[in-house]
Amino acid sequence: MTVVVRTITRILFPISLVFGGYVIMHGHLTPGGGFQGGAVAASGLAMVLVAFGAKRLAEKKGLLSALESLGGVAFAALGFLGLGLTFFANILARSGGLFGGPVPYGPNPGELNTAGTLPLMNWAVGFKVLAGLGAVVLLFALFGGENDR
Amino acid sequence: MIGNLPFVVCMILVALGLWTLVTKRNLIKLVIGIGLIESGVNLFLVSLGYVRGGIPPIYTYAPADGPMVLPTPQALTLTSIVIGVATTALMLAFAVVIYRHKGTLDARKIRDLRG
Amino acid sequence: MSVHAPILAIAVPLLGGFAVPLLARLHRKVRDLWVLLVVLFVGVCVGYVAAHVFTQGIWVYVLGAKNPQETLAPGGFPIRIMLTVDAMSAFMGLIAGFIALVAFPFALKYIPEEEGKTLSLTLGILLLAGILGMAYTGDLFNFFVFLEVTSIAACGIIGFRTWTSRAPEAAFKSMLLFSVSGLFFLLGVALLYGEYGALNLAYVSAQIRGSVVDRLSLALFLAGLLMKAAAAPVHFWAPDAYGEAPAAKALLLVVNTQVSLYGLWRVLFTLYGGLSDAGVGWLVVSLGLLTMVVAALMALVQTDLGRLVAYGAVSQIGYMMLGVGVGLVALSGRPDYGFVAMQGGVFHMLNDALTVGLLFLCVGAVEWAKGTRDLRALGGLGHGLPEVALAFLLASLALAGIPPLNGFASKILIYEGSFRLSPILTAIAVLCSILLLAVFARAFQGAFLGPRGEVEGKIPWVFLLSIGLLVVGILVLGLVPGFFVEEIVTPAAKALWQGRALYLAAVLGG
Repeated sequence: MTVVVRTITRILFPISLVFGGYVIMHGHLTPGGGFQGGAVAASGLAMVLVAFGAKRLAEKKGLLSALESLGGVAFAALGFLGLGLTFFANILARSGGLFGGPVPYGPNPGELNTAGTLPLMNWAVGFKVLAGLGAVVLLFALFGGENDR
Repeated sequence: MIGNLPFVVCMILVALGLWTLVTKRNLIKLVIGIGLIESGVNLFLVSLGYVRGGIPPIYTYAPADGPMVLPTPQALTLTSIVIGVATTALMLAFAVVIYRHKGTLDARKIRDLRG
Repeated sequence: MSVHAPILAIAVPLLGGFAVPLLARLHRKVRDLWVLLVVLFVGVCVGYVAAHVFTQGIWVYVLGAKNPQETLAPGGFPIRIMLTVDAMSAFMGLIAGFIALVAFPFALKYIPEEEGKTLSLTLGILLLAGILGMAYTGDLFNFFVFLEVTSIAACGIIGFRTWTSRAPEAAFKSMLLFSVSGLFFLLGVALLYGEYGALNLAYVSAQIRGSVVDRLSLALFLAGLLMKAAAAPVHFWAPDAYGEAPAAKALLLVVNTQVSLYGLWRVLFTLYGGLSDAGVGWLVVSLGLLTMVVAALMALVQTDLGRLVAYGAVSQIGYMMLGVGVGLVALSGRPDYGFVAMQGGVFHMLNDALTVGLLFLCVGAVEWAKGTRDLRALGGLGHGLPEVALAFLLASLALAGIPPLNGFASKILIYEGSFRLSPILTAIAVLCSILLLAVFARAFQGAFLGPRGEVEGKIPWVFLLSIGLLVVGILVLGLVPGFFVEEIVTPAAKALWQGRALYLAAVLGG
């Protein structure tokens, strides 16, 4: 790809990652969440693929699949966290610890430190979607193109 | 009657998708047909939750009273969209593999498995 | 921990499946051990759940609540996702657990390392999680999600051998059908949600009045689930799928079609049980007959051993539909012949899993030894592989319903029940059985009899262990069917036949 595309990608790639992270982080307060944020971040990966070619990313395939598995494991493990009560029970909410703050009532700007295991699950799903969509796009790019025939 | 218009549109989308599946023979177009049905169903789900004059179901925006749009159908739609992405990606991947083997996307010419 | 057994049976394979690729990076032996541990754990869980449910009634487990039995939110409305395990669900879980115990050791040896073994094991375990989720869930949308989990995992299993030209084709075809089936189901759920504002199966069932929207969504459920269960006239994906998937994983695909059928029974008997429309019953019966006739005739012309067995598997779906369909026709008056047919149909699910599973394992062993499944190239394997030949013969006879094997035990119940409804149904079913016997006799003769055939290598003992387990199962079920019919089949059939009130009461109270 041309220098213009590459330069813009260099600028936009970190921004898309940060924005994806923001959408994941605020998933329990605003519209968005793990899947949406992960998809935004994965679009950054797709941009890099288009600008720099799939070959540069090909060796990262193992990393992506490991990250995807890790996201899945983390999500299921967070479900096990609630087993003292029931599976998926939100024991961190209103516990005072991590993400355990009290939820303010009425219109307010949103308190990040709430919702218990939900933000953690958002992160797990976010990583899974980022890695999964990234791997899919990478796979498509490797299918076609110059190494095809 | 006018209130049912969204539902009618959704059903038209589903019907168009089924029509695509029945008449088209290109693998990519078949995937598009699935996508059409999916959009129809997703739109139907979202429109089910609409409440006239309702506000977005976001906890921190909620005033003390007043109607809220139903959040459950939105969660369902989101789940269904995620599943749709996975199935679409899977089908497209298989279509690409088939194309590499056969050099064609025409379902009539891809007949290794007959009878 | 034992109060969490139903969810652990689903959650542990879910976690275990995602962990497989990570553990494969450590060491292959760790991965294999982990797979076996997960499957063993699932087996213990489904066994415990079944023992509990058969002795103490329906087990409700509410996810995310303060306590697992808190089904209703304040206001008397079931708002959380819950698992509702009655005898039929527990029965389905038992089948899935047992087949997994047989299939995974076989698969560990059968699938070569360089042919995506890690991927195929991951997908297999996720498929198991989806199957158990479909069997245990008591929530309509949750059922849809697990339906899609099984669809995606199953298609991955069918198509992961991308270097062959046939596997991706079979996978694309299956995925197309599965997508349509899932979307039909979702549209049905959406219609019901729009009408009653709930997704809990028991709650919606209590509300259903039989309006036009209810009937429309019933039609959508029927179409979607029959498509997934490989009933004619949309059965054509199944032979391709079973034939192209690795033989060790075809067993799980068979259980997947069965659990879709279970979903259909759940919808017809529990969700719509209050309406009891004989027309739907006749539809299921006639589609069942069509399935068995078409599949038996198609099996006649196959030259590939895998596809031949696959068509045999599809024809057995027809018998289950016939048995339970007769029960559905008779549901309003509840005469005893309806219940007899239902017992036969439900019992046949278990028998089908065992016999068809054994046939697929034999096909896998033949392919392992000879490298091909083409009947024209096979022959005389009985000399080199006597155990496999005997097992194949036993399974063929059981599939065709020859006494004293297990296929006979369930088919005689189906015949008995359907004869009282209409002798024509029984005649067609018996004719199909005879046709299947001819087909499998020809296959057995073609593959195993004749002058001594070359056999490369020995069959590993793990194969023989898996095959032996299924053979023992078939023999035990065939020789003492009375015990199993009394202890597990009758409660399961009863849960559908007259268990709707109990199911609703377990969730809604009262």
